[in-house]
Amino acid sequence: MRLLTLLFSLALCAATASYAGEAKPLAQDPAVEARLQNISKELRCLVCQNETLADSHAALAEDLRVEVRELIKKGNSDQEVKDYLVARYGDFVLYRPKVAPSTWVLWFGPFLLLIAGIFGLLKFLKRRSSTEVVSELTAEQKARAAELLKQGDKV
Amino acid sequence: MKRFLIPLAVFLVLVVFLAIGLNRDPREVPSPLVGKPAPDFSVPRLAEPGSFSPQDMKGKVWLLNVWSSWCVSCRQEHPLLVAFAKRNNLPIVGLSYKEVRGDDELSGKKMELDAETTLVKQRAAAWLSQHGNPYAHVALDVTGRVGIDYGVYGVPESYLIDKAGVIRYKQIGPITPEALEKKILPLIEQLEKQP
Repeated sequence: MRLLTLLFSLALCAATASYAGEAKPLAQDPAVEARLQNISKELRCLVCQNETLADSHAALAEDLRVEVRELIKKGNSDQEVKDYLVARYGDFVLYRPKVAPSTWVLWFGPFLLLIAGIFGLLKFLKRRSSTEVVSELTAEQKARAAELLKQGDKV
Repeated sequence: MKRFLIPLAVFLVLVVFLAIGLNRDPREVPSPLVGKPAPDFSVPRLAEPGSFSPQDMKGKVWLLNVWSSWCVSCRQEHPLLVAFAKRNNLPIVGLSYKEVRGDDELSGKKMELDAETTLVKQRAAAWLSQHGNPYAHVALDVTGRVGIDYGVYGVPESYLIDKAGVIRYKQIGPITPEALEKKILPLIEQLEKQP
């Protein structure tokens, strides 16, 4: 009986050891994978458009990651890989928009608005502080005012 | 009074920009390939021996329609293509895109390329015999590699290509009757007039 239990538990262990998970790609070059990660973070997934190519689980993203890996292995520089994809998918595939005349408003607009806002604020504050100071009443005017106030009390 | 007009004017300008921006569809990524020569490729044909290349269509105005049997929008677009093929002389070439590996139900299986190509042919032929075949030729993009060269990011997509092999128009998503009437047919007329 004991032998049977022992054999049974050994069989169970063997069963877990034979679980086949997803096979790792044969030659995973860490330098290539690191570059793939870096470049993919700069690219957009066109299906899930707010995700980077590195993060997206979409089928097209997987295809493009394989494509980028191939390009890296062929000896392309980071810029060449990006240019390759931009030639096919357009500027939108770059996660960070290019700085070009067509995107100057996008990149510099907020800073210009901020500067304009600060400028406007300073002008406004200056105007406030330079309004005329109320002048003191003369002695005569003070006496007159006192009399008028006395009269007001009586009414 | 004047002091309040300036912020109001700025606000109205922003509203105009917002209205323009919100009415645009972010799914419609403009293609950089319009105006450029159609990228060359050589892939097996469905019903004929040998391979298909865009070079085979030089001298003709033609439509390249990227489709798959697992794609619901392609099913929706298909009757329009069948009707169009009957009415017009324009050759439509179907590009079967990732017919096997693009199908969620099959994508887990790893197949040899030859076996996969055979299965692609079976599935594509079956689907076309069931829903009608508007295509003059069907080219098989088994791996999706041709799709990448054409900037395909969804199915269906269609490309109108002129006699010199230059892409003149890309339709993202199914061809709608409006797009057909307003953009594609006039452009075909224009392109047919070219030598």
